[in-house]
Amino acid sequence: MRAVLALLLLFLSLAGNAQGQAIGYDGARHLLNRTGFGATEAEVRDYAKLSRLQAVDRLLADTPRVAAGKPPAFVDEPPMPFYKYRQLDDEAKKAELRRVVERGLILREWWFREMLTSASPLTERMTLFWHNHFATSQQKVRSPQLMYRQNVLLRREALGNFGTLLHAVARDPAMLIYLDNAGSRRQAPNENFAREVMELFTVGEGHYGEKDIKEAARAFTGWSLDRDSLEFTNRALWHDGGVKTVLGKQGRFDGDDVLDILLARPETGTFIVGKLWKEFVSPTPDPREVERLAAAWREARYEVKPLMRAMLVSDAFWSAEARGAIVKSPVDLVVGTMKTFEIRPATLRPAVLAAALLGQNPMSPPNVKGWPGGEAWINSATLLGRKQLLERLFRGSDAMAMTMVAAEVPAPMEGQNPEARFRRLMERGMRTYAFDWERWSKTLPPANVERLVLAMPAVNPMPEGTEGVELVRHLTADPAYQLK
Amino acid sequence: MKRRDFLRLAAAVPLAGSLGGVAFAAPAGGSRRLLILVELKGGNDGLNTVIPYADPQYARLRPRIAIDRDRVLKLDDQLGLHPSLEKLMPLWSARELAIVQGVGYPDPNLSHFRSIEIWDTASKSEEYLEDGWLARAFAASPSPAAYAADGVVVGAADMGPLQGGTRAIALTSPEQFLRNARLARDAGVARNPALAHILRVEREIIASAEKLNAGHVFQTDFPQGAFGNAVKTAAQLAANPAGIAVIRVTLGGFDTHANQQGVHANLLRQLGEGLAALREALIEIDRWKTTTIATYSEFGRRPKENQSGGTDHGTANVHLVMGGAVKGGLHGAAPNLERIDGNGNLAHAVDFRGYYATLLERWWGIDSRGPLKGRFATLDVLNA
Repeated sequence: MRAVLALLLLFLSLAGNAQGQAIGYDGARHLLNRTGFGATEAEVRDYAKLSRLQAVDRLLADTPRVAAGKPPAFVDEPPMPFYKYRQLDDEAKKAELRRVVERGLILREWWFREMLTSASPLTERMTLFWHNHFATSQQKVRSPQLMYRQNVLLRREALGNFGTLLHAVARDPAMLIYLDNAGSRRQAPNENFAREVMELFTVGEGHYGEKDIKEAARAFTGWSLDRDSLEFTNRALWHDGGVKTVLGKQGRFDGDDVLDILLARPETGTFIVGKLWKEFVSPTPDPREVERLAAAWREARYEVKPLMRAMLVSDAFWSAEARGAIVKSPVDLVVGTMKTFEIRPATLRPAVLAAALLGQNPMSPPNVKGWPGGEAWINSATLLGRKQLLERLFRGSDAMAMTMVAAEVPAPMEGQNPEARFRRLMERGMRTYAFDWERWSKTLPPANVERLVLAMPAVNPMPEGTEGVELVRHLTADPAYQLK
Repeated sequence: MKRRDFLRLAAAVPLAGSLGGVAFAAPAGGSRRLLILVELKGGNDGLNTVIPYADPQYARLRPRIAIDRDRVLKLDDQLGLHPSLEKLMPLWSARELAIVQGVGYPDPNLSHFRSIEIWDTASKSEEYLEDGWLARAFAASPSPAAYAADGVVVGAADMGPLQGGTRAIALTSPEQFLRNARLARDAGVARNPALAHILRVEREIIASAEKLNAGHVFQTDFPQGAFGNAVKTAAQLAANPAGIAVIRVTLGGFDTHANQQGVHANLLRQLGEGLAALREALIEIDRWKTTTIATYSEFGRRPKENQSGGTDHGTANVHLVMGGAVKGGLHGAAPNLERIDGNGNLAHAVDFRGYYATLLERWWGIDSRGPLKGRFATLDVLNA
């Protein structure tokens, strides 16, 4: 009953002013770019006539819990158990690693396709958000099948329930490997998962002590994997059944008990709402608003949808200061550009490699904290990389430009490092990504081009008489294009 | 048990008065002093890097991952280097390698992220600072205008100790940077913080690109792999005609919670081979005497191994300082394995801000008290 009331309050708290008016072209652009990956002219126009509530409700009405695209066939193959891998000779090990890398790329292509074509880009954005929150890397997990299963789990609860998600992630095989819990036993508990679950997944830094980590680690002992199937298994003999004290609570806790203790802490809601704010609203969360949303969220038992609804209809989300205030992530830039300019290539591999080279390789975050995001996406190396990519995409197809591209692609060299190899593959692949100005420009009036492409007016003045694909080149080269 | 005490800290010379930008002020005549920082990301296991092989506690704490006494590269009758660091032994013999033991800070934070933030900003454990320690140092004592940049970050996503600085750039290779720099444009005022950041980066690119030159061809062979490429880029930057005050390279993967031995050996091999090649390259361009290389890491690891054949997050750690002007030998204080605290961690003997103060004052001759927000005893590791 209390939960229902809280949900109701969450909904009512949004009934502010300006809720009834249409959000207009710029508003629709803002909403769709923040909750998806770019937006087409048709989509923007479609949403422009709705009110805030109507638009947000429409976004939240149908958020599938499974991907629309068919996953790669290999996901049904049983993953290779570690003991079998260890038995391979050096050649076979190398071949297996090559296969893991290749399948990892195929898996990312599948996910990028989903981001680009899904009827609910918000589902994919939330899946990516949780992937960054419960960051797990294939570099250590080394099993594309397990990374796929985790991705399926993240999507299932992307707009579902955070408590359910947390409990499931803690038993997720990729996570058990990534944070070393799979081998943790009572004689000497491994503290890695216990530490990160507090620091990064729930209450956040400063709300627990070293002692809490040690005690919680004891509770997670025994949560492990079947050595053949790599499915979760609870090894009773490895579990420490003794009394533990975690955040002032005492009992013969197991892992689920500790997660429930963490979910009961108010800091958990505050921590995650703050992160969501930075993802969707602005880099500088308003502490009072965050507290308000977090309190209601906890009362609503961590259902994600009502929280997202409250955040997306808030005045803060729609404020002038929030427009163009967030730096696009590499995935935003790459997938969003393709979406906005309706570039639909046969293969997404070059797009995956481009995002990776710009600093965001999904399924391989730099560490368990995920990508820091925000301004950290941009330094001199990545900014130049972004501009080069855009220049290449919109250079057009005149013969002169093509020769220039060809001249820039270095020939393969012996012993070349993987990054150089991937860069070459990306550069070559990007040549197949054709932007069709003639077709694209038919769908929108010239006055809409800048409004669709940029979240704020261009920084650099447009030279007199700039038009056609030249206009697009100009807008995408502008610093404002790096923002959403 | 016989235990060494290398408290040369006591001999640290206190600073007399304030120093100006001495080294920076006189860039002519090849005296441009370069600092190359090497970040060991993930928390390097110092006890298996510089190994107290003669201490019976060492083998007792690490039944599975201790390095065999016979395989250790002996530095003296107590300490030895990990066998994978073989390439650093010539530096040790030449007295160009200083080993600083027991580096840490009070109330250590064992989170990777918070801890590296503390190291990058040189803050107290409970203090949150925005700017990196080098950014603050350069704000107080700018490098000469003729320099290509205060600092260059090679191949990393974050600016680390240069965060918040005005003349710092990041790049993977100078050639590629120069090829793309034409895409940057200097465009006026910002309307929001995110845009202000982007515009600042554009200006830095333009300013640095004018003075960068990627041309030097080395005789030195650089090792394969990402770290080999990073040190090669560092060498190219060191050869740049317009100066650069600091270059940062990174070697990642030191978060060895499980099955540490093979992984750590491989990392240290990359480190040793990379640094040896870097030395050779710097000698080739006659910059070894004017370069100091210093490692850092967010924390060390626990002395006691864990059940997974790895080590968990710890505290005090050992760091390496190399260069033609370095006073080789042992500095700081050897870890006392008999005195492990309630969390299983070592006590520190050298404050990491003293380590930084050494680089600021003794290498560059700039006052460290402002940038480091206090006075920290320097170490006698440089013949500067």
